[in-house]
Amino acid sequence: MANLTVEAIELTRLYGGRAAVSDVTFTLQQGQVLGFLGPNGAGKSTTMKMLTGNLAPSAGSVKICGIDMIESPKEAKALIGYLPEMRPLYKEFTVDEYLTIAARLHNVSSKHIKKAVEHAKERCGLTHMSKRLIENLSNGYQQRVGIAQAIIHNPMVVILDEPTVGLDPIQIRDIRALIKEIGQAHSVIVSTHILPEVEMVCDHVQIIDKGKLVFNGGIDVLKQQRIGNKLLVGLRQSPDVAQLAAIEGVAEVEAADGLWRIRFHEGSQPHEAIVQAAVKNGWGLYHIAPDQTSLEDVFVQLTYHDSATSSDLPKAA
Amino acid sequence: MLNIARKELQSMFASPMGWIILAVIAAMFGNYFANGVTDYLDVASGAIRPAERFGITQSVSQSVYGSASFIMLFAVPLLSMRLIAEERRSQTLPFLFSSPLSITDIVVGKFLGLMIFLSSLILYIGLMLSTLNLWSDIDFGYIIANTLGLLLLTGSFCALGIYFSSLTSQPIIAGILSFIVSFILMILGRFFANDPTNVAGQFSFSTHFQSFANGLLDTADLAFFILFIITFLTLTIRRLDADRLRG
Repeated sequence: MANLTVEAIELTRLYGGRAAVSDVTFTLQQGQVLGFLGPNGAGKSTTMKMLTGNLAPSAGSVKICGIDMIESPKEAKALIGYLPEMRPLYKEFTVDEYLTIAARLHNVSSKHIKKAVEHAKERCGLTHMSKRLIENLSNGYQQRVGIAQAIIHNPMVVILDEPTVGLDPIQIRDIRALIKEIGQAHSVIVSTHILPEVEMVCDHVQIIDKGKLVFNGGIDVLKQQRIGNKLLVGLRQSPDVAQLAAIEGVAEVEAADGLWRIRFHEGSQPHEAIVQAAVKNGWGLYHIAPDQTSLEDVFVQLTYHDSATSSDLPKAA
Repeated sequence: MLNIARKELQSMFASPMGWIILAVIAAMFGNYFANGVTDYLDVASGAIRPAERFGITQSVSQSVYGSASFIMLFAVPLLSMRLIAEERRSQTLPFLFSSPLSITDIVVGKFLGLMIFLSSLILYIGLMLSTLNLWSDIDFGYIIANTLGLLLLTGSFCALGIYFSSLTSQPIIAGILSFIVSFILMILGRFFANDPTNVAGQFSFSTHFQSFANGLLDTADLAFFILFIITFLTLTIRRLDADRLRG
């Protein structure tokens, strides 16, 4: 195994007997970006709070780069940069003052504070806002200050709880690029509601529902699940189902809103055969395209029929 | 710890509030000081029989330090109420909790920040009274005992204030509560003045402050204030720790 930066072992958190998070186990390696998905109230933020030492787990443990969060919290916390859901900004300060305080609290040596502040501002596009009071900044810029605060001490693990909320599309693109950039050298955990974002930014995905992990795997597994081996075919003169099913490689045929959804066997490529058959028999082919299940559908499948679908999914480490 | 103290000081001076409070309180002390000197001159001019006269240090300082303890009673809750309640309200506590600091560091840091701010005032009073030395011979021991007493008294108000601030997310409620409790503790001594054996009377700030006010360093009183401060800081730490444990 390469460098493990985060190890969460059977994390459980009870709120008055009700488990908000139960038995969540996962690891993260250096250079990975982990996307954390889940419906509202699934336990995303609770898990993140436990990872950052803001909340004590009822059972289980967290290790950051091998350092136990409960046994030596100071050392473990020094390796983390955290942006909570609610931006923890002191609005009476200017951007520069606030970032200097953040750097100082995270033990950046006084010689390097100025450089660290400049660097963080540069990365988050805040250079021209240095002297402004945080209170007077727009929502999007406040969010950037929040991110700058999380990366100022160049931490091994950056944990961002819904970092792109309230940003405009251009800023979102910048922040995603930034997350990817940080992810190359360190580890990043991002929670989000925006599903395409996960596909763009993360190389690892976890879906949590009702406090339990229902999916944990690489982004390609999720993508594969999404694209699948299905074709949507539109034919003007609809033939019999049996005729379509007879084409080599086709596994299953069903009608879908005037089109045919054709599922084919893994590995086979029946596209050409379907076109040929259509031309030969004069079916009037006007549409043929891969049938993509949207990420939302995959997500809904996973979170609402978790027991049924998660066993169908290939478990990837 | 010192970084937290520095942050608190910085935030107190980030708005004009810090400067205004300093200026107003300094002006009040200056006024009491001037009155004290005028009164003394009246005494010296023979309004009181020589046998009943006492030294200038005591004559002037007594009114200044006596009023200082009551001014602090009002000023400290105003300043301490926002320390934790405000952070709770604006949800900035995770920022402190996720930085490499223990809760003890955070609480003691905040306490120190406030104390440094108020110590500047207390030292200012001491310096102001020492200027009497320019034209008279004053009793520095008396001033030192009073300064120390006032520091400890203010520290106790602060510890109490921080504790109440950690209980709620509404600074105003924290301020009112800590003012009421400080006030009760201040006047408790009066209620039990003719019953020195009563235990409740022992909790009065004014009784314990009295020996310092007389220029006396009594270890029992010293211990009372220090224990009081430690107790309430510990309670605050416990309260914040409970946040982390119970969520």
